[in-house]
Amino acid sequence: MSAFIPFFVILPLAGAFVIPVFSGYWKNMGKVLTPTLMLVLLALSVMFFFRDSAVFVYYVGGWELINGVPVGIQFVVDGLSVLMLSIINLVAFFASFYSISYLKKFTGDKYFYALFCLMVAGMNGVVITGDLFNLFIFLEIAVIASYALVAFGIEREELEASFKYQVLGGLASLLVLLGIAVLYWKTGSLNIADISWVLKQEGSSPSLLFIQILFIAGFGLKAAMIPFHAWLPDAHSSAPAPISAMLSGVLIKAVGVYAIMRLFFNMFELTYEMSMLILVIGTISMVGGVFLAIGQWDFKRLLAYHSISQMGYVFLGLGMGMVILSVNGNKAVAVMAIAGGLYHMVNHAVFKGLLFLNSGAVEYKTGTRMLKELGGLSENMPLTSTSSFGASMAISGIPPFNGFFSKLMIIVAAVQGQFYLMAALAVLVSIITLASFMKVHRYAFSGNLRFRDLKKFGEAPFSMLFSMLVMAGLCLLLSLLIIPVFRDIFLTPAVNDLMNLLNYSQPIIGF
Amino acid sequence: MILYFLCFVLFLVGLYGVITRRNVIKIVLGICIMEYSINLLLVLIGYVHDGAAPIIVKGSTETNFVDPLPQAMVLTVIVIGLATTAMLLAIAIRVYRKHGTFDIREIKNLKG
Repeated sequence: MSAFIPFFVILPLAGAFVIPVFSGYWKNMGKVLTPTLMLVLLALSVMFFFRDSAVFVYYVGGWELINGVPVGIQFVVDGLSVLMLSIINLVAFFASFYSISYLKKFTGDKYFYALFCLMVAGMNGVVITGDLFNLFIFLEIAVIASYALVAFGIEREELEASFKYQVLGGLASLLVLLGIAVLYWKTGSLNIADISWVLKQEGSSPSLLFIQILFIAGFGLKAAMIPFHAWLPDAHSSAPAPISAMLSGVLIKAVGVYAIMRLFFNMFELTYEMSMLILVIGTISMVGGVFLAIGQWDFKRLLAYHSISQMGYVFLGLGMGMVILSVNGNKAVAVMAIAGGLYHMVNHAVFKGLLFLNSGAVEYKTGTRMLKELGGLSENMPLTSTSSFGASMAISGIPPFNGFFSKLMIIVAAVQGQFYLMAALAVLVSIITLASFMKVHRYAFSGNLRFRDLKKFGEAPFSMLFSMLVMAGLCLLLSLLIIPVFRDIFLTPAVNDLMNLLNYSQPIIGF
Repeated sequence: MILYFLCFVLFLVGLYGVITRRNVIKIVLGICIMEYSINLLLVLIGYVHDGAAPIIVKGSTETNFVDPLPQAMVLTVIVIGLATTAMLLAIAIRVYRKHGTFDIREIKNLKG
């Protein structure tokens, strides 16, 4: 099965090449090819859940180990990678299917689809690579494509947002690169498993602390944690709606959260100071993001600030797990905290993707996304309104939607691990989130009809509706992951691979 | 050791430029300077004193080679840097056409 691994990169890269070249012969090339490719990739990644061995390794170019030393690049698919791959390709499929109708407003859609495929190729590459420098390259592929996609509308706001995003994104990439350079200097290796082995021999040192800080700053900028969040609301609210869904739903997870998880759990040894730093950053983002969000009147900007807040939950869960592990606390609580964080990450990809698609449908039909100018849309767009209601309930943690269960896991883990302040803040943030989505529904979907020529506002086109309704269904369906049978298939392998260093490194370097 | 330290100083020079300059083009230049400083650092990391070029031909008795991996990395980083710089400058030109200025203090539609 490891022969299938490179296709996660090859297929979207081939798509990115074929679409602009052959669109001249067949106009609908991008519209047909992109969702098909994403569906194939989704099927491939779901297939990896039902695998026989825990970790698959693919040697790129056939460069196998020489005397136990990795010489080439390796693609590694373990439990965490499979989880990330499936959510990336899931959201990518729905976003690309949604784009078929949405892109009627834009020109040059072949470039849109080409960049979309390129971005997916980069993200898939980031989550399957086992090589640090290769990770940097795939990260750059994904973010350069996303810079171009944010500016796709080429109006004043889009260009300004894209420039800000590029300057801060470029800074983040360079910090990561500096970290990789210093780490190579120190260990003489680029393979993640090999570096972890070398670092274990050497023990801690001041230069290691410097590298860790560089990685937290670099990937924290990519993940838009609170001291580094300035670019996110601009970039995510200016992009076309399906791209906002991709950026908020999966890009900040694949290049930010995933990289931090992989490096800090599987490469560095967990230290109390770093774990505490991640926990504190997560908590600040969670609280700060929601307070910035509640005052917003721009639909997409409000959602973008909520992304910061919800990613704070993910970092809170992971950070608690790291702190408990680093002081050798109760392992069961650590498992619960990390599983809660990962579960919330999956849920956030689905409901935030859906909310951005809803905001796109509203903007597509009414031409505005300012909440004060909207109103009464539930009569004109009942299905959009229903799916948006489901997603709002999921993000604010109302049962039986998926957000409730993941937040519950994080809060229970916080109480059991005696992080009482964090637990109280998590509940408080959840309530404020509910309040701000009540505001969205009060102003946009219910209330009086504010449009004079209402006749021309009907429901959104089929491809947009299909994506939104299926994702709303997934918001309910993903609640099932709390049941142990499903949790053992989807979440437990990822948690195990994160917590046990040997699970990851043994298949690669043998010890 | 002084060379490694100077690389880091160059990185900070670029960072200072990105933070303090108001001109869009000068911000792009700041990012370029930061990238070059990391490239220099990578080349320095691979350098071995009195090392030969890492090419093994028949009959060569050399045993002390410089590390070729950072050189390959630098080439890749230069190519990536080309893409990011081209993208940044393309957006900068578009920004100038729309806003009529390179001053970032006057390009502020988005806030809040």
